[in-house]
Amino acid sequence: MALDLNSLPRLAPGCRLGENNQQRVLLMPERALRLLGPSLEIIERCDGRHTVQQIIADLQRIYSKAEPQKVEQDILGYLALLQKERALDFGS
Amino acid sequence: MASTISSPLALIAELTHRCPLHCVYCSNPLELQSRAEELTAETWSRVFQEAADAGVLQADFTGGEPLTRTDIIDLVRAARGAGLYVNLITSGLPLDEAKLAALVEAGLDHFQLSFQGAREEIANEISGTRSHEQKLRVLQWLKRHRIAVTLNFVVHRRNIDQLEEMLAIAESSCATRVEFANVQYYGWAFANRENLLPTRDQLDHSLEFLKRAQERLQGKLRIEFVVPDYYAKYPKPCMGGWGRKLMLVTPSGEALPCHAAKVIPGLVFENVKDRSVREIWKHSAAFQKFRGESWMQEPCRTCDRREQDFGGCRCQALLLAGDAAATDPVCSLAPLRPKVDAILAGMNAAPPAQLFVKPAWLYRPNPT
Repeated sequence: MALDLNSLPRLAPGCRLGENNQQRVLLMPERALRLLGPSLEIIERCDGRHTVQQIIADLQRIYSKAEPQKVEQDILGYLALLQKERALDFGS
Repeated sequence: MASTISSPLALIAELTHRCPLHCVYCSNPLELQSRAEELTAETWSRVFQEAADAGVLQADFTGGEPLTRTDIIDLVRAARGAGLYVNLITSGLPLDEAKLAALVEAGLDHFQLSFQGAREEIANEISGTRSHEQKLRVLQWLKRHRIAVTLNFVVHRRNIDQLEEMLAIAESSCATRVEFANVQYYGWAFANRENLLPTRDQLDHSLEFLKRAQERLQGKLRIEFVVPDYYAKYPKPCMGGWGRKLMLVTPSGEALPCHAAKVIPGLVFENVKDRSVREIWKHSAAFQKFRGESWMQEPCRTCDRREQDFGGCRCQALLLAGDAAATDPVCSLAPLRPKVDAILAGMNAAPPAQLFVKPAWLYRPNPT
């Protein structure tokens, strides 16, 4: 299912950020994901106020040395993974 | 990108063995612990803090039925206050709207509601109580709260043909996840095994249906299912490995690597009243017993899969092979696989008149 670049991702109910041993983690019903660098930047922007397109643009700016296409692909892949886990809702 | 912790490091808090249901598939031990033995909320509070300090991310409240604890709201608050993600694994009884609101307010993150069937008659037969209607009510109340909701349908021969109806219940609810959990055989389920195992045909049919449903609902409803491992080719990586990811604490405070571990003779279990969570995790003889590979027998010892499934389940090896260090007999490579094959063959050859009639169940009692 292709992601709508204009949609606004937001953490689903019961999915939240936590901290353990000075590490940020994304807590979900059956899994936890360690958040480092890019993944942390992405999740912090999943607040219902950034479009997918804006998240991509922000990260391309932050990681300006990386290939913009690769950044876009990685972000779309990561968001799709979280959507499959039902950790994200996509608003319009 | 983020590295995945493959399953959360979790504390399974078995708060009580009391339960208003009497499910014939219950995986609690046959020797249930009494109310008098239960840890206080104060002790649990300390345990939650110790668990968080030791790196645990999630507390899974279970039992018996955790809602039978009159201090359940304090317990949720204490776990959340310690920084843990709080998961409630429940039958939905006893519960009313006000109590649900209070649980959410106290910091509950995830509500996992069990179902014994899609219809009242079978659900009540399996649970030995009138519980199905209440669960449907709980589903309505859950729509008004912002927590994660998972429905867990326990599946076996008596209800596996109702998957479509069960899925319909899940689709009309606010659940984002649904688990179709085929019974695994421990405790009361082991005692009732002959009447719970699905036929091969039933299983094949169910897998077809569930795979199609997963595709159709991807991104909307996450569908997970577990095959009964008697029918699997390789064993499950039980608990993510003995003493690798999970610690269970019984109502009286014993720290176990898994819910069935007390079937294994010769293990001495420490109590959280006497020693900290971190100390027990690192040093308890019971936790050390099946860590690493030195305890493994062949074929596990030299098997390519040993780091994937750890030789399967120790408790199942004990129950089926009489030896907790043996290769889990459900594994196709296990010397004792023929024993499991014989169980399945016998069952699949039985006439329908015998297989599909309502059995004389052994119901799980409620401890005092």
